[in-house]
Amino acid sequence: MKRKNISAIFKNKLTLTFVILGVVILLFILVPLLTMVFSSHPGELFDLLLHDKVVINAIWLTIYTALISTAVGLILGVPLAYVLARYDFPGKKIIEAVVDLPIVVPHTGAGIALLFVFGKNFFGGKVFNSLGIGFVDAVPGIVIAMMFVSIPFLVNAAKDGFKRIDPRLEKVARTLGATPRQTFFNVTLPLAWRSILSGSLMMWARGVSEFGAVVIITYYPMIASTLVYQRFETQGLDAARNVAVLLILACLIIFVALRYISQRGEKA
Amino acid sequence: MIKIKNLCVSVGDFHLEDVTLDVQQGEYFIVLGPTGAGKTVLLETIAGLYRAQSGEIWLNGRDVASLEPEKRGIGFVYQDYVLFPHLSVIDNITFGLKQRGKSRKEAEAEAGWTIQLLGLSSLLNRKIDTLSGGEKQKVALARALAIKPKVLLLDEPLSALDPETREKVQQELREIRNKLNQTIIHVTHDFEEAVALGERIAVLGDGHIMQVGTAEEIFCQPKSEFVARFAMTRNIFAGEVRDGEAECAFVNIGVTLIEAVTNLRGHRHASVRPEDILISTQPFISSARNSFKGTITDVFSKGSTIYLTINVPPDFICLVTRRSFEDMELREGGKVYVTFKASAVNVF
Repeated sequence: MKRKNISAIFKNKLTLTFVILGVVILLFILVPLLTMVFSSHPGELFDLLLHDKVVINAIWLTIYTALISTAVGLILGVPLAYVLARYDFPGKKIIEAVVDLPIVVPHTGAGIALLFVFGKNFFGGKVFNSLGIGFVDAVPGIVIAMMFVSIPFLVNAAKDGFKRIDPRLEKVARTLGATPRQTFFNVTLPLAWRSILSGSLMMWARGVSEFGAVVIITYYPMIASTLVYQRFETQGLDAARNVAVLLILACLIIFVALRYISQRGEKA
Repeated sequence: MIKIKNLCVSVGDFHLEDVTLDVQQGEYFIVLGPTGAGKTVLLETIAGLYRAQSGEIWLNGRDVASLEPEKRGIGFVYQDYVLFPHLSVIDNITFGLKQRGKSRKEAEAEAGWTIQLLGLSSLLNRKIDTLSGGEKQKVALARALAIKPKVLLLDEPLSALDPETREKVQQELREIRNKLNQTIIHVTHDFEEAVALGERIAVLGDGHIMQVGTAEEIFCQPKSEFVARFAMTRNIFAGEVRDGEAECAFVNIGVTLIEAVTNLRGHRHASVRPEDILISTQPFISSARNSFKGTITDVFSKGSTIYLTINVPPDFICLVTRRSFEDMELREGGKVYVTFKASAVNVF
């Protein structure tokens, strides 16, 4: 498919309409974010970064809990994605719907639901408690809340990645002497890793931005979005803004860096 | 060497029923059949990629039907090569050896001969997407040969190539077979390709093996209408066969009685290849037992050769060169004589 160049856009009235509508939605996303960022004072931000340990801790906690939830998601979600991409079986559509379920469940509702399994007095909570892991008002609670709401992004991206691989590549590998395990790690995974990486990035970013599910299970220790909410409630708009801007900047830097790395891999 | 007994496989819409084949060590064996006949499923089942519902696959005296594909030692080359896009040429070729625990160095040394054989040494560090079709084909062959397969399975290996490259690759396949005494099973839908390469041909139609034999046998003595049509025998007639004069039999194909050499009697088919029919503008005396007057009803040019439809009745399709066509001043509506020997009539 040949791409039309930019001047052609303006000759076609329909395309021009599409462009105008697109600009509206882009402004809708960018204007609030940019207004917030530029209305903050760099001095205040630095002051916050250097002196308010609570803010730094919250941002750091957010980043690494999202990372842990993505890592667990990789281990548990990628195999499921592979099975969904490669096999047809009765009930597959239902399983795919289950994977998408966290996207439609209201996030505070998701938090409540998780408490019914991982709460102190419930089955999962008791099992993990015997292993010394508690969820309520603890870091593992943040991880499971983030994982619940963000896992669909990884599973779906990985599934699409696996689907794009010709199954005959795997067949040829088998005839050449590769066991199913060797085939998966030497052929399938290297060919799907870019989709998995971009899915991981989406899952991580979605985890970082989570508030509703996390706040139900774990108010303290506070992740950044909870802190933004708390400062907004107790100290007002400006205080909340400063934390929000720092969180956004931290995430943007990481997101852009990872994007850059993964796309460089694509060109190589 | 490789014996397939009563193999039944069903994959999606494809069904193979009661396939029995016997391929000798070092033989170049062709499986010929139209698209959708189940050729690829047959190869994939031999390679172990599909499990057969029933039947046996014997490889060097061992039943491998229940063996995983990686334990069979069977090389496979797909029509569109299916090279690993994330690996270089050399890493594709040494893939199989590395899976067997060989180090990169060992694998490259051990695969050296295939690289020599196929003349790939200048391409080793290239990426797959920079190769031409012919080059990809060679890499796919080298990759399959590197594991020293007991049998090499080729799935339509020439179909995706341009005619010139196709001829080269055909030559290479012959060399592989001759130099290595490599047993090869090659599936194709192209009759000419089958005749050019195969020592023996199995015709596969609708999940069944219709006939197995040398190219000559398939070409000249098809045993069913399906094989006859597939072998491009244009003139196929249904008719009653009854005793004739001497060793000949009469075949009543409607209004016309033709003579054939056969022991078969009763309701049968008779076929005559277009190139076995002689065209003349005058009747002439010859040893050929069949000669009829007819009218040219259609002229179909294929470049240097021309197909004529001549209504006797029935319609006979005959082949003449453009040269004779012009010299004899043939044209649609013209009266001609068709002549063919009784021995050119195949009854089945």
